[in-house]
Amino acid sequence: MKTLSLKSWGHLPALAWTAAFFVLPLIAMLLMSLSERIEGRITLTWTFANYQAFLTKAEGTFVGALINSVEVTLLTTVLSVLVAYPLAYILAYRIPRQWQRLVLVLTVLPFWTSYVIRSYSWLLVLSENGIINQSLLELGLLSEPVGMGNSRFATVLGFVHFFAMLLTLTIYANLVQIKESYRKAAADLGANSLQTFWHVTLPLSLPGVAVGAFLTFVLAIGDYITPQILGGSKELLLPQAVMLQLGRQADFPLASALSMVLMLVVTAAFLLSARHLKMGRV
Amino acid sequence: MVGRFASWAYLGIALLFIFLPVLVLIQFSFQGGMAPVPPFDGPSLRWWAKVMANRKITDGLWNSLLVGLGSAFMATVLGFLAAYAMARKRRRLSGLYQFLLMAPITVSYLIIGMGLQIFFNHLGIGKSLWVIGIGHVVINLPLTFAILYSQLGEHQANIERAAYDLGASDARVVLEITVPMLWPSLLAAFFIAATLSWDEFVIAFLLSRFDVTLPVVIWSMLRSGLSPELNAAGTLVFGISILAVALVELLLWRARRNRA
Repeated sequence: MKTLSLKSWGHLPALAWTAAFFVLPLIAMLLMSLSERIEGRITLTWTFANYQAFLTKAEGTFVGALINSVEVTLLTTVLSVLVAYPLAYILAYRIPRQWQRLVLVLTVLPFWTSYVIRSYSWLLVLSENGIINQSLLELGLLSEPVGMGNSRFATVLGFVHFFAMLLTLTIYANLVQIKESYRKAAADLGANSLQTFWHVTLPLSLPGVAVGAFLTFVLAIGDYITPQILGGSKELLLPQAVMLQLGRQADFPLASALSMVLMLVVTAAFLLSARHLKMGRV
Repeated sequence: MVGRFASWAYLGIALLFIFLPVLVLIQFSFQGGMAPVPPFDGPSLRWWAKVMANRKITDGLWNSLLVGLGSAFMATVLGFLAAYAMARKRRRLSGLYQFLLMAPITVSYLIIGMGLQIFFNHLGIGKSLWVIGIGHVVINLPLTFAILYSQLGEHQANIERAAYDLGASDARVVLEITVPMLWPSLLAAFFIAATLSWDEFVIAFLLSRFDVTLPVVIWSMLRSGLSPELNAAGTLVFGISILAVALVELLLWRARRNRA
């Protein structure tokens, strides 16, 4: 009986699931990226042609897409941290304890709307007949509408909207764990509030920033929806390039190679930030 | 550090930024005319009536609920079993197992979806709601595992030990002590997983052909441009997500109150 105890086998179903439906598909994709289409049939030929295509094909469109993706993602991550940190700080230290949870939940409520709808709803705000243009026209501040959709600005705005909420959650979770006595001790030792923040609160809250920023990076760089809806197709990001290969061309080998490059970038980001990531803390 | 006034001002501006698109969406779902954007000439329920009569949307709604609840149930059960086994018994390979279980969180949904598409295609398994559900379990398992693992600490272990000392069997301890003790967290994990699956687009898009989920329906409606009907459909999805979140908060609040 002892060997059948849940303690000894409970982890196996989840591991099997992850192995079968996560690890194997990734291996299948890796093999696919080393295959080529010969007369419409996909054959594993252990070729690097798809990776070469990534570097050279279509005047560097794919490399360009990768650079666009990294730029947009970095900009998004930095801006989201800048928007979220003060918000999390105010929630943690300015709102009375018993109201904090409620205010936090209300603040990040739109976090739970679906990705498609959240991006789409920004079109109602930004487009030429959206509410910003209409308001400015009515106030006489504009003589003709300015389209703000279909641009990198719109993509970054849509991203920052979502990820500022995510970062508010992770930074807040970190801030409330910092013992008040640390800040009191700093004050007793003669630090003013700015010095206390700079030398005590900020360094102690960096793990929350790191976890949130890492999640932002991973989710933003792999996202197809926001750039497709808000950015349009004027400039491609890497996930849009992947979907183009999948959809119109049905070129699975090339799409797989592009995806492997995307994964490589995320892995690099993970290794660079691994030192600061303590997932368990948040 | 920041003045009181500055704090409230910042909070106000941040909330405006966060809620602006959602409020516009909700308001213009009650639009009277054909235009999805200002000027507002409602309120009217005509677009809501149209959404409710749209078979594609109602079918998508049921498909999404089915996939969401089914995959969340599976993810919660697998996550609980794994969290229990990992928290109650040290293994030589514990570190590796945890790494594997958490790994899907670092991979984009697009890549997970594409991998599954290639994998199932190779096995000759067609696209269906089942396959979407499998994908959603993959993305939610790290979350349910992490949530439940964090709730299986020393405190809970001591209570279980007391039950063992009183002669309870393994199965009885799990069913009558551990599960009831974790009940709020189990439900919270379930609803978080269900909400994420309900909203998920790219995996559902890549792995569906005929039966599609609601985000995919909305995506295809979006291709023919903005419309007040789309606003109403979006508001509906938002409303259902909010209900689930409210439920989770209520459960967590009760759990905290019971512990206190």
